[in-house]
Amino acid sequence: MSTTERPAERYLPEPTWESEPFWTGGKQRELLIYRCRACGHWFHPPAPACWRCRSQNVGPEPSVGTGVVAAFSVNVQQWLPRFPPPYVVAIVELDDEPDVRVTSNVFGCEPEAVYIGMPVIVDFEDWGDVSIPIFRPQDSL
Amino acid sequence: MNPLNGEAVITGVGQSEVGRRLGRSGYDLTIEACLRAMHDAGVDPDDVDGVATYPGARAPVPGMTGAGAMQLHDALGLKTRWHMGTSETAGQLGPVMSACLAVATGAANHVVCFRSVWESTAQHGGDRASALSRGSSRATGVFEWFGPFGAMSAATWVGMLASRYMHDHGLTREQLAQVALICRRHAAMNPAAIYRDPMTLDDYLASRMISSPLCLYDCDVPADGAVAVVVSRRASSGGLSRPPITVEAFGHGVAERHTWDQRPDLTTMGAHDAAASMWEQTMLGPGDVDVMELYDGFSYIALQWIEALGFCEKGAAGRYVEGGHRIGLDGERPLNTQGGQLSAGRLHGLGFLHEACLQLWGAAGERQVVPHPAVVVAAAGGGPIAGCVLVSIK
Repeated sequence: MSTTERPAERYLPEPTWESEPFWTGGKQRELLIYRCRACGHWFHPPAPACWRCRSQNVGPEPSVGTGVVAAFSVNVQQWLPRFPPPYVVAIVELDDEPDVRVTSNVFGCEPEAVYIGMPVIVDFEDWGDVSIPIFRPQDSL
Repeated sequence: MNPLNGEAVITGVGQSEVGRRLGRSGYDLTIEACLRAMHDAGVDPDDVDGVATYPGARAPVPGMTGAGAMQLHDALGLKTRWHMGTSETAGQLGPVMSACLAVATGAANHVVCFRSVWESTAQHGGDRASALSRGSSRATGVFEWFGPFGAMSAATWVGMLASRYMHDHGLTREQLAQVALICRRHAAMNPAAIYRDPMTLDDYLASRMISSPLCLYDCDVPADGAVAVVVSRRASSGGLSRPPITVEAFGHGVAERHTWDQRPDLTTMGAHDAAASMWEQTMLGPGDVDVMELYDGFSYIALQWIEALGFCEKGAAGRYVEGGHRIGLDGERPLNTQGGQLSAGRLHGLGFLHEACLQLWGAAGERQVVPHPAVVVAAAGGGPIAGCVLVSIK
């Protein structure tokens, strides 16, 4: 059994000033990640300055939305009544910049099929005022 | 460059009753531990002029704090010159480091540091294990980035990092198991430990998975209990009950972004930064350390501390603990002599320093390391949360 479909429940985020683009960009099917317009580097989670060059000229830009699984765990314990395990939680390294990572789910395959280095692509689940970015194997398309 | 110069010493320790579902308030347990620590030190409560605690009076999850600094103050009618209580410090040992600075600068003479939890009672009737779960209807703070994906527990956060370490460095589950197995072996010699029955590798491998690669026995056990340590100014430590334990150095450093998933090298943790900053303060080195009391909220975190503190090469922590011989009581460098949080109970950090002090004083009973250790390291925290303290007795 695998959770490859939308769970009936998620513990939804409370977007902040900085994180609101990340949690709502999916409405337009865009993964919005903060980028520094001074040095060009991406970073996540979002902040009002670039941690590398300290420029405040930063803001959300659409990521290419592809990446690879850098680390993952098959969660087996049930924590939420309507989010049945097992499901994969993964740290995904975005192709835009290797050390920019998004923690998310990998759906669309058996949990046992997920591996470190697996190429994945973003997808979105709409949940009212927010849209949750999740990832699927690239070869599932 | 050492900010303490030997001026900060530990003069007493105390632990409350520890157990599962004790049905006592965390406040009550706090007072018990603090009074025991003052009594152990021979410091009259009237002479205590400082209080320090983690995480303070408020915590996002029930059971994660028994009392704030000022609740201790109020219950015991203390008259203090200095106090603090916060989670925004170098992990659960952060308040001890602050207390050391307070006594070294003369801001206080005797600081009672405590950590108290009543997670077991708080979870009574629920089926939740040690999840740092929903304090509100929406995920905020660090949970904003994990809760929406069903990553409700640090078991999953640590599980992800452990998977990468296994991938990169070949750590096996049999090696990881050695942390849990040695803790259980040591817990059998600790009358206050929660789980004392023998555990085998087969038991470990047969236990259910929580969040891969971490199984049930890789996760510590929620407990009710409190721990206290008296940090004193060396000049005020004469004539007390025990020989003073010197705080040689502390690790408070944070060099990378304070996140669980953005550290450039995912096979390291904040522990590496904290340990590096500790060794900068002292002429002592890893080779001088006789006993390791290392945070094991999850077994993998203890391996991270072993590596971060320089007891093995990068990537070699699994081989370091292989077979368990090196980390046993009669081994080259014993680990978690009280049974760790994995078997003795999740006293959340300060229990490691408590045990370090008992070992230095030769007061650890059946589990005493012989010959008595001279230098012990205590460390607490996982992921970006990290702090460590190097203590010695002359």
